[in-house]
Amino acid sequence: MRTYAESARLQPSYGWLSGLKSWWRMLVICLEERLAYRTDFALGTVMRFLPIVTQVFLWTAVFNASDRTDIAGYSRDNIVAYYLLAMLTRAFSSMPGLAGGVSRSIRDGSVKKYLIQPVDYVGFLLASRIAHKLVYYIVAMIPFVSVLFFCRSYFPPAPDGLTIAAYVLSLVLSFLLGFFLEATLGMIGFWFLEVSSIIFAYMLFQYLLSGHMFPIDMLADIPTGMAGISLADVVRFLPFEYTAYFPAAVWLGKITGWELVTGLVIEFTWLIVMIGVCRFVWWRGTKRYSGFGG
Amino acid sequence: MGRYFKIFSTFARACLVRDMTFRANFLLECLTSLGWMSMNLAFYLLIFSFTPEIGRNSGWSREPFFAFVATGLIINSIVQTLFMPSASELTEMVRTGGLDSVLVRPLDAQFLLSMHRFDFSSMANGIVGVALLVWSVSRFSVAPPLIACFLYPVLIVCGVAILYGLIIMLAAATILMGRNQSLYDFWFYITNFSRYPAEIYAGPWGGPLRMVCTFVIPILLVVNVPAGTIARPLSGNAWGMISLTCVVAIISVGVSRIVFQAALARYRSASS
Repeated sequence: MRTYAESARLQPSYGWLSGLKSWWRMLVICLEERLAYRTDFALGTVMRFLPIVTQVFLWTAVFNASDRTDIAGYSRDNIVAYYLLAMLTRAFSSMPGLAGGVSRSIRDGSVKKYLIQPVDYVGFLLASRIAHKLVYYIVAMIPFVSVLFFCRSYFPPAPDGLTIAAYVLSLVLSFLLGFFLEATLGMIGFWFLEVSSIIFAYMLFQYLLSGHMFPIDMLADIPTGMAGISLADVVRFLPFEYTAYFPAAVWLGKITGWELVTGLVIEFTWLIVMIGVCRFVWWRGTKRYSGFGG
Repeated sequence: MGRYFKIFSTFARACLVRDMTFRANFLLECLTSLGWMSMNLAFYLLIFSFTPEIGRNSGWSREPFFAFVATGLIINSIVQTLFMPSASELTEMVRTGGLDSVLVRPLDAQFLLSMHRFDFSSMANGIVGVALLVWSVSRFSVAPPLIACFLYPVLIVCGVAILYGLIIMLAAATILMGRNQSLYDFWFYITNFSRYPAEIYAGPWGGPLRMVCTFVIPILLVVNVPAGTIARPLSGNAWGMISLTCVVAIISVGVSRIVFQAALARYRSASS
């Protein structure tokens, strides 16, 4: 009689196809879930544009009052374009509810079904997030295109093909980096029951250091106490700026040549590190996790 | 009224006990709340390293602007402590049918739904807001008149009332829509307009936006009018805005009550 392991070894192609089918099924389930509450979802998507309106007026008022033509290398038009591009990047890298959802599933015990079913939890979360983003882009396409077209005069001429390719690559990497950062954060729930404060603290740092609040270049004149190293230099080596600032700065031509290549390498390295950390934390967490009852 | 005050106190005590049971989490929440505030203050300091004021000849130089920020902190802290935690729970209550158990209780549903849960950690920002206000006012070149000091707390209450009205109307939208997870987002985004002086909304787009945010969704009155009263001279126009804020606060609470009752009348239970 064959063992289960032997049977599994004899059917490698079927296993691969089965895995793909599982992924597709997860994607469809998540799409249906997202579309169940369409009004809420559409409302949430459109409202994301509101904060940028205040930022545009704020910086216009700052430029008007200061008589400066540029701040940290950004003209007023550059600043508006930057916020729009940073927002576009955040549409890829932000993972609303992911960390909270993971920690909640650990706290209320619903995570245990993923421990006994032949489904990889992190894979399921990733498929779910891809579905979420797909629906989001479909809904957000019209407002995004409208706003970008309406604000086209703020943008410099479109960059060359290579820069656009680097921009697209940085966006894809920002999505994956954002996902693994937040999934790992949620898994802290294996060690602490209540992680909402930790998530909030992370969001604070993320908001400040990602360049979502203002371009990181504005930190270039802030010293760190180390000779010749500014705060912007330190932030450059953290993963946060790759989830907002970096892609926006690439499109605007603020990062070019070797600096661009180095930036992409650092972003990719952070992604690999976070995939490893996420898998490790899941492995350690499930080792100490215990669930009782149905 | 006395009965409601007693129930309100009981809720507040229960929430305080709960917060104190998880002291470390409470402390962490206070710290993160203060962290968010500090981050914003750092952002404003960064802005003032590039410009002497926000908006040409607007009068919002560094100290008056920090008085503005302090006013926003105080008002938002009151709202976040008293009303927002309950309002954010409503979303799930509507979806899961938990609202039914509230409706059958012999108490006013709006009172129960908007004031049954408090977040005392949000008070941390308010305390810092008061300190920031004292610091800013002490550095004004001309001290605010006595009447402004009397009007300021009244206008703070008006600002809170306007925001309360907005929360209740969002809660009504939740009941009508069946689920409104965007409620908190919408709150954040719409109050975002009140974070800066109204003077920044200028030009062909800013002017109409300022009108809408003053007279249609009166979010610009919430912080601008109390902050302007304490930080700037009380001119003829200022008295008009003060009167308008008081009237709008009363209308806001009244209209939100009507809208909420109408939404409850259309509520269909989600449970069996």
